[in-house]
Amino acid sequence: MKNQIWQIRKMESTISTSLLIRGGHVIDPANNFDGTADVLVVDGKIAAVKPDINFEAHYEYNAAGKIVTPGLIDMHVHLREPGQEAKEDFLSGSKAAVAGGFTTVATMPNTSPTVDNAALVRSMVKRAEDVGIVNIKIIGAVTKDRKGLELAEMRDMIDAGAVAFSDDGSFDDNAKIFLNALDYLHDTGKVIICHEEETSLVKDGVMNEGKRSALLGLKGRPTVAEDIAVARDVLLAEYTGGRVHIAHISSARAVDIVRDAKKRGVKVTAEVTPQHLTMTDELVDPADTSTKINPPLRTQKDCDAMLTGLLDGTIDAIVTDHSPHAPEEKDREYIYAPSGFPGLETSVGVLFTELYHTGKIDLKTLISKMTAEPAKIFGLNAGTLSIDAPADITVIDPELVWIVDAKNFYTKGSHSPFVGRELKGRVVATIVRGNLMKLNQW
Amino acid sequence: MFDAKSPNLNAQSDSETVSFIGNGMFDVTSPEPNVRNDSRFRYEFYHKQLLSDNKNFCEGVTRLENFSVSILGKNIVGMKDFSADEIRLVLNTARKFKQVIRGGDKKLSNLRGKAIVNLFYEPSTRTRTSFELAGKYLGADVVSINSGTSSIVKGESLRDTLRTIEAMGVDAIVMRHKSEGAAEFATKAVKPIIINAGDGAHAHPSQALLDLFTIEQAKGRLAGLKVVIVGDILHSRVARSDVYAMTKMGMEVHFAGFKTMLPRFFEFDGVTVHESLEEAIANADVINVLRIQLERQQAGLFPSTREYARVFGINDERLRLAKDDVLILHPGPQNKGLEISSEVTYCANSAIHDQVQNGVAIRMALLNLTLGGAE
Repeated sequence: MKNQIWQIRKMESTISTSLLIRGGHVIDPANNFDGTADVLVVDGKIAAVKPDINFEAHYEYNAAGKIVTPGLIDMHVHLREPGQEAKEDFLSGSKAAVAGGFTTVATMPNTSPTVDNAALVRSMVKRAEDVGIVNIKIIGAVTKDRKGLELAEMRDMIDAGAVAFSDDGSFDDNAKIFLNALDYLHDTGKVIICHEEETSLVKDGVMNEGKRSALLGLKGRPTVAEDIAVARDVLLAEYTGGRVHIAHISSARAVDIVRDAKKRGVKVTAEVTPQHLTMTDELVDPADTSTKINPPLRTQKDCDAMLTGLLDGTIDAIVTDHSPHAPEEKDREYIYAPSGFPGLETSVGVLFTELYHTGKIDLKTLISKMTAEPAKIFGLNAGTLSIDAPADITVIDPELVWIVDAKNFYTKGSHSPFVGRELKGRVVATIVRGNLMKLNQW
Repeated sequence: MFDAKSPNLNAQSDSETVSFIGNGMFDVTSPEPNVRNDSRFRYEFYHKQLLSDNKNFCEGVTRLENFSVSILGKNIVGMKDFSADEIRLVLNTARKFKQVIRGGDKKLSNLRGKAIVNLFYEPSTRTRTSFELAGKYLGADVVSINSGTSSIVKGESLRDTLRTIEAMGVDAIVMRHKSEGAAEFATKAVKPIIINAGDGAHAHPSQALLDLFTIEQAKGRLAGLKVVIVGDILHSRVARSDVYAMTKMGMEVHFAGFKTMLPRFFEFDGVTVHESLEEAIANADVINVLRIQLERQQAGLFPSTREYARVFGINDERLRLAKDDVLILHPGPQNKGLEISSEVTYCANSAIHDQVQNGVAIRMALLNLTLGGAE
């Protein structure tokens, strides 16, 4: 590290910009670092992470009392481009990402048209560069138009820049096509992200099948639908040697299935959302569609299993499943409203309030699930404060108390079950490739 | 008796003394100033009156007591939000209105100057007509909107439709909708009183109240009776409303149906779930037979109407398992020969026909009480 500083000194005349983040509590799980340190950014790259850096930077940010982490990664968002810009676009989604501390997001292909070919992937990659606020990665569809009938041209899409594949939003009922997809991608190392709800069991369902749905009369989406889907995909991954990533896991039994599979060495990974970690179907109010998501909010037993899975390594990553819809789409009857709500801007606040401040999880594990581990699964050059890594950094004030207000959202989405909640912990600065972004409201 | 000398029986009215006259009819006379605010005194007073009255009727109204209960301005979304006292108030008021329906001149002026809209997103004959007539008998202006011929087919959102109706100066909206929660959504969207006439499989409060009313009229009491609700519980808003209403009135509720038509994970104090019809209806006081939607067969919930009728249909033979004086209810419309046999529908124990008239009385009571109808 001394050498690094020395080299910088020597080349000081060639530096165009630099930023020194002073005195923060730096947590960098990728390098197993946890302690007070300064972080020096030079020309968009990490130059040094050590205490008391003696350097005249162009800009200084005082991070005393704050937590400094690698830029957060969210591998499961719906930025809705192309075709659904009334719900969200790359610009509004990027701003929401910055507000939530995310420097890298991967957007799902369930758009219109479906991102299922190289031309679309290429144009989306270009569009992401043009917007250029955060790193937007493109996920391609596994099958043409996500119909589950024919494979999409995935190798073309890889060459065009797709980082992973998913038919998110629905389960691929055709096991043979899914097995073929795993085989077809086998040597590429790319992951298939799987939405796990067996279709016939969740048809017309709008909430978890349980005591609450029995009383409300709302049609249920049983956990067994998820368990069956997870079991099938884990078995196919085992059989083919392919890589499966379980999207937004929510059922306790499904966590057990993944845990067992990992013990057997199956190449399976899993992610969970803040809502499935902290909210139950008791919150479902049929007059308010904000709790309507797929998979649905489950029970406390399931929430507890999510946390256990996160702590014992069964669940590798935390994602938001940021799924904004236009306000008028959500402002309607429960059975007709689309599923999903925006999550980028509330994720850190919810996780800090519900898991960190309650002592259920330590900071290093929490940050790791949002940085180092997703980066590893998807092979991203991100999620670390290693020297020369892109300077994507998130600064979190763990004690800042705020109230979630949809009026302050940067996303175009409006209906979130977290609206109105008082949260403790908030992102105060997001740095993407060395650019420090503080948003107006702070 | 009902409209001549009596002051307002509505809950918001001042305290009054009540004496019971014969068979469930009561008379309200002038207020007594010194008991006005002493509810305990009033309770004892009523209780004494009750004890000296017709025995059957007394049991039925033991929990009536407190006329300070009011549902003025209350949205009628589901029986979950009703207290036993409020239910009692509605039943007692309905009793009066039933006499009006049976009398010669049905046109009252209680709700003169009030406007009610029936907003039905699902087809309905009896409930819509029942609410419409109830409003008209009470002197209100009633308009029924059929979703098939309104701006709803042009894609207007529920919120906007409700706001449009509100802007026209309507006092109450009676609403039926396919989506669970739609009525509650409406209460948050607009100011007029919302009366839920059925929201998906969630609630149908006026049906539950008319079921209670019919049972009480036939049996003279509610508390302690064993009610069996038979059929497609899973998809039934009637069953879900009956459960709250009946358990609040101290009744013992049993569900019976094929497991494919029972809600999984159903837990409710005072409710027992059976997969065997015979086990459920043993010693039943009341059997409420639910309608079986024929499309449930296509959905694979039972293999054929023939087999359903054989295993779960209510017929004379099965009725023998219940008490001799078992009362038969059905919310209608019936599939004769499927969930219920013709003999049972028309037998002496059947109150299915009475339910319809009681439905109008209950809806008159609900409209009158929530809208503060003068008498």
